[in-house]
This record gives sequence, structure tokens and C-alpha cells, in this order.
Amino acid sequence: MENLNLFIRSIFIDNMIFAYFLGMCSFLAVSKNVRTALGLGVAVTFMLVVTLPVNYLLETYVLRPGALSWLGPEYAQVDLSFLSLIMFIAVIASMTQLVEMTVEKYMPALYSQLGIFLPLIAVNCAILGGSLFMEQRSFPSVWTAVCAGAGWGLGWLLAIVALAAIRERLQSHSNIPKPLRGIGITFIMTALMGIAFMSFLGIKI
Amino acid sequence: MAEKVKNSAVFFNPLSKDNPVIVQVLGICSALAVTAKLEPAIVMGISVIAVLAFASVIISLIRKTIPVNVRIIVQLVVVAALVVIVNQLLEAYAYDVSRQLSVFVGLIITNCILMGRLEAFAMQNRPWPSFLDGVGNGLGYATILVIVAFFRELLGSGTLLGVQVIPQALYDAGYQNNGLMILPPMALVVVACIIWVHRARNKELQEK
Repeated sequence: MENLNLFIRSIFIDNMIFAYFLGMCSFLAVSKNVRTALGLGVAVTFMLVVTLPVNYLLETYVLRPGALSWLGPEYAQVDLSFLSLIMFIAVIASMTQLVEMTVEKYMPALYSQLGIFLPLIAVNCAILGGSLFMEQRSFPSVWTAVCAGAGWGLGWLLAIVALAAIRERLQSHSNIPKPLRGIGITFIMTALMGIAFMSFLGIKI
Repeated sequence: MAEKVKNSAVFFNPLSKDNPVIVQVLGICSALAVTAKLEPAIVMGISVIAVLAFASVIISLIRKTIPVNVRIIVQLVVVAALVVIVNQLLEAYAYDVSRQLSVFVGLIITNCILMGRLEAFAMQNRPWPSFLDGVGNGLGYATILVIVAFFRELLGSGTLLGVQVIPQALYDAGYQNNGLMILPPMALVVVACIIWVHRARNKELQEK
């Protein structure tokens, strides 16, 4: 129940885009049409679901102060938490590589669609941000990490697909002031969507 | 293309004509999230300038020895190491601000400005121009951050750097702080306004 609540919260209230502005770069760059937006959204969701639990285990059993005590009592004093940034980014980068190779081998059709976006995911702030929030909020179990990852990923997917759909229509049906065309109006649309998403604030299940 | 550009151009272009945030649209994530108040915005700007400048120099020094296939990982490791240093320094000497910035210091690693500049400039150029490019882009980023934070803090809380700026008489006359400015979405609108003004003055940047 707790996890379901977190899952819903992560999609709508703690939305990566509208509440934290994470993953904005690819959000703005890849939202020109719905198909590619959907592809990138799926890839980001998948990466979040995979990397968050891995980083959670890493955090719990290696990095946290006293986490190494399973090696023996003499390690109980070791505090490696200053390494967390480097470890997280290393996990994310290598996971990206792994996923890229797997997809290329077993699902070549999907690979040719996603091709260019997969390597870019390593530097998507939403992924690293997810891991850092996980560290900051000290989740109770690995399932919580999975649920939060899935929620954040789906929230990101929802946001980018919605924005891409609006942008597709905007291109052919509107007369925007010249200096605002392209990136300017996209910012304003994202802001309006963010305000709309705020209406979810305070939902409890 | 950047081979023979003059050093001064390398330094000054990113400040306006080639600004990383409003023209290249890089590093938006942190630019928006830390700008509700002026102080964290300034600290964030300085951190990014420092990391970007040193990362550019280091990558530029070892650019001939990095194998092409693993360059992204090498860049990430260099940047991550620098960010860890900055993070530890902030926690030691500016604990309050580092609490406010929370995860966003760590997110400098995935700030697209860094990867973008390292990939586009430092990999092809000697250390000194790379250093200038890093500082220039960092400054361009910090400028936008400070402008956005200035308006958000002034209109949202009536303060600047925590000092009350809007006189009490105005509040007595019925003036209200605009609470909307503190909320995340307004950062986007402020940036959009900056883009609007900037592109209205630089017509060659306008999109069709």
C-alpha cells in the first residue's frame, strides 16, 4: 500500500519534469514528434526501473556509513558515502551500455528506432536524479526503489508524450510571435502543464 | 570549426550570442530548479564555472590519449571527481546552501553544458582556449541563473539575498508577494521571457 502510494505520487506529484525539472534537455530536444518521444520515454522508464534498485543495493550494502559491517565488525566504521556520486554514475553508464548491447542483439527493430537516444540516457539528469533522491530519502526496501523508479519513469514518459503531442499540433495551427517560436513557446507550455499538474498536489491513497 | 577562433571570441560569445542556456538550450534542469532564491543560484553558478573550467583543462590535456570509444566514460569520471570535490567543499564551508541545493550539486555531473562543451570544444582544442571556453560558458550559465533568481526572489518573496527590498509601505498599501513566482513552473516562464527579449534583439537566432 505504501509502495502503491509512492508509485502514484512519483507519477503525478513528484513528477520529474514538472516538480524537479530533471531530464529537461532531452525533454525539450526530443519532443518534436510523438513517436520518438514515446521511444525515449520507454527507454528512460526502463533505465530508471533497472538502475534505481541496483543503486539502492549498492548504497545499502557498500556505501552507507556502517554498510560494510556484513564483511566483519572491523569494517563497521567505514563510511564510503562520499563515493556515491561516482558509483551511481558508473552504474548508470555501464547499465546504459549493457542495455544498448542487449537491445541491439535481441531486438534490432527497436534498436534502430531508439538507436541515437540510448547512449544519451547516460547523461539524462532524470536517471541520476532518481538515484540521488533515493539516497536522500533513505527508502526502506528495494521494492520501494523499484516502485519509485517505475513511477518517475512513467511520469517522465507521460510528460514528454503530452508535450510532443501539443507541439505537433502547434506547428501547423498557430501564429506565435517570432522570437518565441521553437524553444520559447515550449518553455511556456511546459510551465502551463506544470501548473496543471500541481492540481494533483495532496492526493492520498 | 572552432580551430582558429580567437581567444576573446571563445570567451565572450557564450555570454550572449552563443549562451549555453538560452541559445544552445543546455543545462536547463539545474538552471530552473535552484533559482527560487538568489543565494543558491550564485553558489550554483560558481560551482559550475569551477567544474567546467577545470574539466575543460583536464580533458584538453589528455585529449590525445583518450580512446574514442570510451571518451564519454572518461569525461564522466573526470567531471564526477571534480563534482565530488565541490560537493565536499560546499558541505564543509557552506552547509546551509548545500542543503538548499540538495541533489542539484550532484546533478552537475549530468549537466548537459559540461558534456556538450567537453565533447564539442575541449576534445579538439589546446588547454588555454579550453579553459577560456569553460569559464565563458560557465559565466553565461551563471548570468542566466542570476537573472532568473533575481526576478523570482524579488517578485516572489520581496527580498534579495535574504534582505527585504520591497519597502513595508508598499505592503501597507496593499501590495502582495506573488507566491506563484516561487513555484517551479514560473522559472520556465521567466526563462521564456528572457529568450523572448534576447531573440527579439538578435534576429538571426529566431526560428522559422
